[in-house]
Amino acid sequence: MKSFDVDRIREDFPTLSQLVRGKALVYLDNAATTHKPIQVIDSIRDYYNKSNANPHRGAHHLGVLATEMYEKARDKVREFINARSSKEVIFTKNATESLNLLAYSYGMKHVKKGDEIVICISEHHSNIVPWQKIARLKDAELKYLYLNDDYRLDMEEVYRKITDRTKIVSIAQMSNVLGTVYPIKEIVKYGHSKGAIVIVDGAQSIPHMKVDVRDMDADFLVFSGHKMLAPMGIGVLYGKEEILESMDPFLMGGDMIEYVEEQNTTFAELPHRFEAGTPNVEGAVGLAAAIDYLNKIGLDKINKYEEELTAYALEKLMGIPQVKIYGPKDLEDRGSVISFELEGCHPHDVSTIVDTYGVALRAGHHCAQPLMKFLKAPATSRVSFYFYNTKSEIDQLIDSLLKVRKWLGYGS
Amino acid sequence: MDLNQLYTELILEHSQNSENKGHLDHANCTERGHNPSCGDDITLELVCRGDIIEDASFTGSGCAISQASTSIMIDLIKGKSKEEAGELVNTFLSMIKKELNDYDKLEMLEDAVAFQNIGNMPARVKCATLAWHTLREAITKNQ
Ligand SMILES: Cc1ncc(COP(=O)(O)O)c(C=O)c1O
Ligand SMILES: [Zn+2]
Repeated sequence: MKSFDVDRIREDFPTLSQLVRGKALVYLDNAATTHKPIQVIDSIRDYYNKSNANPHRGAHHLGVLATEMYEKARDKVREFINARSSKEVIFTKNATESLNLLAYSYGMKHVKKGDEIVICISEHHSNIVPWQKIARLKDAELKYLYLNDDYRLDMEEVYRKITDRTKIVSIAQMSNVLGTVYPIKEIVKYGHSKGAIVIVDGAQSIPHMKVDVRDMDADFLVFSGHKMLAPMGIGVLYGKEEILESMDPFLMGGDMIEYVEEQNTTFAELPHRFEAGTPNVEGAVGLAAAIDYLNKIGLDKINKYEEELTAYALEKLMGIPQVKIYGPKDLEDRGSVISFELEGCHPHDVSTIVDTYGVALRAGHHCAQPLMKFLKAPATSRVSFYFYNTKSEIDQLIDSLLKVRKWLGYGS
Repeated sequence: MDLNQLYTELILEHSQNSENKGHLDHANCTERGHNPSCGDDITLELVCRGDIIEDASFTGSGCAISQASTSIMIDLIKGKSKEEAGELVNTFLSMIKKELNDYDKLEMLEDAVAFQNIGNMPARVKCATLAWHTLREAITKNQ
């Protein structure tokens, strides 16, 4: 693909051409989940047409085929994030399960009384609640990194909060509310210098930018397939091999064992030790197809195009005097998620009204209640773009926002 | 549901300029209600003498629907007995679920019939019913 042809791209996404109450759908809730291209949908159909068997069990033809497809998908993910070995790629249900796995298998084992776990105030609940539990069980302290007035994180705050007692730093690379992209490489480096391991929640970053685990040197990276064109129900946990080796299993049962005796069990090698039970092969196959799709377009092109969209949307939104943006107002270190408040209009009403014009946006706390409290905003409206969105969709968003004010009885 | 039916003058008036919003001097029963999933958060204040709700008000924040529904409910229950108020709550909730066939009962709800079709907007049902569930809590706790 030479230049970025968004009209051509949109033809691959059947859901996007739907009408909503007679109006063209304008889908701006991509931070929640993305739509799926026919290439991904076809890959799943193909898998069920040709294979459908439990991988790693039995030697029949279909089983061999399913194993091959599943392990190929794993290797595709390994290559996508530049992991050293596919032993370092564990399939889970989603980012949430990956984080829970880490809390139980790493946190329970390595966090001791008086230790610290450091996270950022903008974390998604999935990167807060498991750590609260570990901190409580282990009598450890859960500490928060706070943001500056620009909704960014100063390294001084990082130097202040991460100490010699910090065992785990867990932080999202990009906030699903503010769009802020955090200085992960520096945080990882500083965390390591204090003897902590660093977990990166890539749920919002991976779909939009090149993430190289070796370059960022993260100990763990988690993400969900459904936010990057793949089906729901497939997620990834990347971990450095030597650290994964030191961890206890999470879920136990079939597939994750080596020998089971009446009273004792030895566990399988990586990565299977952390994948108990029949896995989501269709999800893994769909994720591999999604990665192929993203690679075909190129993450650099995607990133550049989304930057244009974000710049356009920020400019248009800030042109409405009643709009207040929660998040960085320029493009430096920010992604394509924009949260805002429309003065006098509650986000629930905003989303109900724009929905009647076909515009899908998100209202509420976005699974980040501590952040909302920090921002002193009970709820915000949020738009989030993907590379299939267009400037004319942003125009429709702006038109519909102006109508919200009218519906709620304000002059203009 | 049409926006014309939802964001009516009545509802906007109650949500933006409610006379029922604010604290009461002699409230002897308060109850907070909130929808964690959407952030609507109200506190009802009641002045009860014996069995009668003599006065009522609310504070808090939320969408136009939750605020208007609270204010309209307060207009309706002032001066009523707890039992009558409880009956109104039941009637309102069955109206929302479209389980109310008795038109006389619908009339009892006065302005609150404005929310009759909110069931067609499943995402907003919680907003409209928050105050009513909260009132029911308050009454049961203060029997
Ligand atoms: C930053 C971040 N982390 C984690 C998650 C959790 O993703 P999932 O629900 O797919 O597990 C989300 C989803 O919104 C997210 O935005
Ligand atoms: Zn509401």
